[in-house]
Amino acid sequence: MVRRTPLNEAHRKLGARMVDFAGWDMPVQYSSVIGEHETVRTAVGLFDVSHMGEVEFNGPGALETVNALISNDLTRISDGQAVYAGLLNEQGTFVDDIVAYRFSPERIFICVNASNREKDFAWMKEHAKGVKPVDRGDEFAQIAVQGPKAAGLVQRLTKADLSKVGTYRFTEGEVAGVKSIISRTGYTGEDGFELYCPPGGAVKLWDALLTEGQQDGVKPCGLGARDSLRTEMKYALYGNDIDDKHTALEAGLGWIVKLDKPAFIGKDALVAQKAAGVKRKLVGFELTGSGIPRHGYAILKDGKPVGEVTSGTMGPSVKKPIGIGYVPTELSAEGSTFDVDIRGRAVPAVVVKTPFYKKP
Amino acid sequence: MAETIPGDLKYTKEHEWARAQGKVVVVGVTHHAQEALGDVVYVELPKVGSTVTEGKQFGVIESTKAVSELYSPLSGTVVKVNEALADNPSTVNTDPYGAGWIIEVEPSDPKQVDALMDATAYANLLKNA
Repeated sequence: MVRRTPLNEAHRKLGARMVDFAGWDMPVQYSSVIGEHETVRTAVGLFDVSHMGEVEFNGPGALETVNALISNDLTRISDGQAVYAGLLNEQGTFVDDIVAYRFSPERIFICVNASNREKDFAWMKEHAKGVKPVDRGDEFAQIAVQGPKAAGLVQRLTKADLSKVGTYRFTEGEVAGVKSIISRTGYTGEDGFELYCPPGGAVKLWDALLTEGQQDGVKPCGLGARDSLRTEMKYALYGNDIDDKHTALEAGLGWIVKLDKPAFIGKDALVAQKAAGVKRKLVGFELTGSGIPRHGYAILKDGKPVGEVTSGTMGPSVKKPIGIGYVPTELSAEGSTFDVDIRGRAVPAVVVKTPFYKKP
Repeated sequence: MAETIPGDLKYTKEHEWARAQGKVVVVGVTHHAQEALGDVVYVELPKVGSTVTEGKQFGVIESTKAVSELYSPLSGTVVKVNEALADNPSTVNTDPYGAGWIIEVEPSDPKQVDALMDATAYANLLKNA
């Protein structure tokens, strides 16, 4: 059965085109992907991301329990801070990528991908030693408010002092009268907030943001723009760029893997891989020929397949065909060249510095 | 607002249009097609001089999210392609029946065009879709 967020009716009223995403009926675009993308880069956009899941660990030892499950280190941050991390298999590959919020050492809140909600919860339940996870996915809606005008907009709707909430920090407070977790995080490369609120308050919060945001040029934005925005930043998408077949080191996410931390699942494999050398890497590239790289296309060197494109698009801000893909390490340095097999045509590409998009 | 199904054109069920213009037939995608595709960001065109076959793929049109095939409404030889789409593919969105045309074909049999759907039949197809 297809699942709907509390904002489903609101999307339809706004004329959104709806698609099935991981079993959820979600808006892919309202007006135009490029228009929504540009609105987030220059003003502010709203995204319904209520389909994402939430899991909480509550009680003495919560921090230690979660720290043994994730690749990043919750002891390195303070209460009121969040970290991006991997949930890894013993092989060092991804079960999922998540954001873990440290309310206190006894309360850790985790946001997981929509496509992995059930799998992650079962995995955490199986592997958690100590505090047991609680699935709170149905208790939260989530609205991402992203763009250079996001902070001003959210600030006008809350008494919480957002100047004290830096990147990857969060607070709790009412926004437009709706009790929310106000998190300065996002998936677009722009400043902004992700607001977690009770499902019953989602419509009120969404409508208030749309109305108050009119003066900022706010637009509702769909999954299409969310994907092009994150691709321009080379932010990984589970199922595309990271999965259970590529390790965190191959994915270039060594920075979220703290190998000096006590045991966590996947650590031994990654220590060994680091010592042996990483054989393939996830790179960002631009096509120098014509076409658009897409997920699943083969990467060729001298006509032979050596890797695979994991994500690609025509970047609306960078205005170039850009892609992300796994290549042998010897082809991963900036300036390295290879071809992408686009419907039988070998189109030349070059490895570039990422993120593809840099703020002007 | 521009006309969404011009009365003087012929149509296919794959949402291409064809306009007989002297000896050649101009081919593009319909308003409905461009709306369904969303922002067009790339059009892969055939080579001038290549042959196209009725109902068979002659090119590819890509939006930000999706890759779709272009099917030829008729058989013949490509005599011209819309080179301007390389720099401005979004013309397919803004002017699908004018500047957003895709190829010009010299049909192997000029009568092929007559067999395509007229505007009324195409409007019915959309209505019943």
